[in-house]
Amino acid sequence: MQLYLPIAELSVNAFALLGLGGIVGVMSGMFGVGGGFIITPLLFFMGIPPAVAVATGANLVVASSVSGVLAQLKRKAVDFRMGMVLLIGGLLGSAGGIWVFSWLTTLGQIDLFVQLCYVLFLGIVGAMMFKESLGALLRARKPGGPIRRSHVHYSVHKLPLKMKFRASGLYISVIPPMLAGAGVGFLSAIMGVGGGFIMVPVMIYLLGMPTKVVVGTSLFQIIFVTAFTTVMHAVTSQTVDMVLALVLIIGGVIGAQIGSRIGLMLRAEQLRILLALMVLGVCLRIALGLLLTPDELYSIAPGRLP
Amino acid sequence: MTVRALMFLFALGMPVQAQEVPVAGGETIVAGLSQNLVAITTNFTGSEILIYGAVKRDAPIPQGAPLEVVVTVQGPSRPVTVRRKERQFGIWMNTQAVSISAAPSFYAIASSVPLEQALSATEDLRHQVTIPSAIRAVGIAAEAEDAPVFLEALIRLEGEAGDYSLAEGSVTLAESTLFRADVALPANLTEGAYKVRLFITRDGQVVDSHEELITVNKDGLERWIYNLAHAQPLIYGLLSLVLAVAAGWGASAGFGLLRR
Repeated sequence: MQLYLPIAELSVNAFALLGLGGIVGVMSGMFGVGGGFIITPLLFFMGIPPAVAVATGANLVVASSVSGVLAQLKRKAVDFRMGMVLLIGGLLGSAGGIWVFSWLTTLGQIDLFVQLCYVLFLGIVGAMMFKESLGALLRARKPGGPIRRSHVHYSVHKLPLKMKFRASGLYISVIPPMLAGAGVGFLSAIMGVGGGFIMVPVMIYLLGMPTKVVVGTSLFQIIFVTAFTTVMHAVTSQTVDMVLALVLIIGGVIGAQIGSRIGLMLRAEQLRILLALMVLGVCLRIALGLLLTPDELYSIAPGRLP
Repeated sequence: MTVRALMFLFALGMPVQAQEVPVAGGETIVAGLSQNLVAITTNFTGSEILIYGAVKRDAPIPQGAPLEVVVTVQGPSRPVTVRRKERQFGIWMNTQAVSISAAPSFYAIASSVPLEQALSATEDLRHQVTIPSAIRAVGIAAEAEDAPVFLEALIRLEGEAGDYSLAEGSVTLAESTLFRADVALPANLTEGAYKVRLFITRDGQVVDSHEELITVNKDGLERWIYNLAHAQPLIYGLLSLVLAVAAGWGASAGFGLLRR
């Protein structure tokens, strides 16, 4: 069944889209990620214009994050105070990202910039996650490994403007979380992702937050940042495709339920290795697109009158 | 007073009228379309337009060069930018760009014989029939050394996408009088007025031409969504959010009930 997308202005197979949403849903259910970093490149490969893919991807992440945060709320695993601080930074970063996005679109370099961002961040995060989970898997095999401290004090903890975050059990300056929020907000606007895959390592390793509140808090702030990004893209460039988003969301929510069942059957380290491989795979695919000689050197974009 | 004014206008109008309808050979086109309106709905997968007509004449069919028919369907024009990738610092990136002031979003040509045979170069220039002459590319030479290559790339890419087509010999012509042409409109149509032009030619010279319009509009839900997105972008953005939040909440609530 073909479906005409009113904003992307092209006709695509509805079942292919449902399946795509489903695959991303399975992954978000298995690994607890928003799935934006997979769906947006997959939409590129399907021929959806990058601007529409990024804006609609953000809208999709809103849906999956709402679904995820509700589950975390039941476990009281959301640090609202930290979430708000991250959010303030996130909104500023997102506004900056939207501005850079429309500026690069007029220059004709947006595709390149988005792809470079993907290669860079997926590469770093994928490699880190792979190394860490492989280590954890090996440690689990032989008992008596080193004992991990709950959190380490870095120079980050010497900055001014300190604030108490009771749910996280932290007393730190608001500057690092705000900067982290801004960075992730910027990437969210450019890459059409929630940024959970960057935010979670930042929270654990940089801010020293306890793992149990990390996912919930990250999802909480992602909802608002991606919501803001969606509205901004809709206002500045009219690139949010409601029909596309709806079909992907339907596939996604069904997939997420299947994914969470599969997730229960695997060990945490195995899950993380799988996710790391997936992230590296997407990174490699995009990198090849930049490095190999393309089949077509020319491209057409809507122009403006000189 | 009014009668005199009318008569004056009539007298003025007469020669203009006579100039508009070429009477050389006394052959004129009578034509029709299978549809004047194409509605893009949710399950739109393209549309087939049948263009049919006849040649009306007062005298017997003239001898000499045979009558040929050329039909063009042209979508709304818009400015486009053609970019070229080049390898820089090891990666492929867009380096050069040429902006073309007006290129049709859709252009199909159908003719009864190969185009060079049906139409002389001068007539093509006058009526802008072939694909390159339908694109307005003024001053592109200043933008890149090899600007014509960009124009060729545009025509090639649009051709591969099915937006530009040239179907020589696809017009069926019977007894030099009755003709029909079928033109397929793809699924990725731009909204607007599509201009259908019909030419009858003899010996490469246009004997008569005729124009019709097809209106292409999004319809139903598609139209509503597109209009809302452009007329009320803030409301549209908020609505997309409400939809996403509702779907996320509904999914978690729904599956929660299922598990119980």
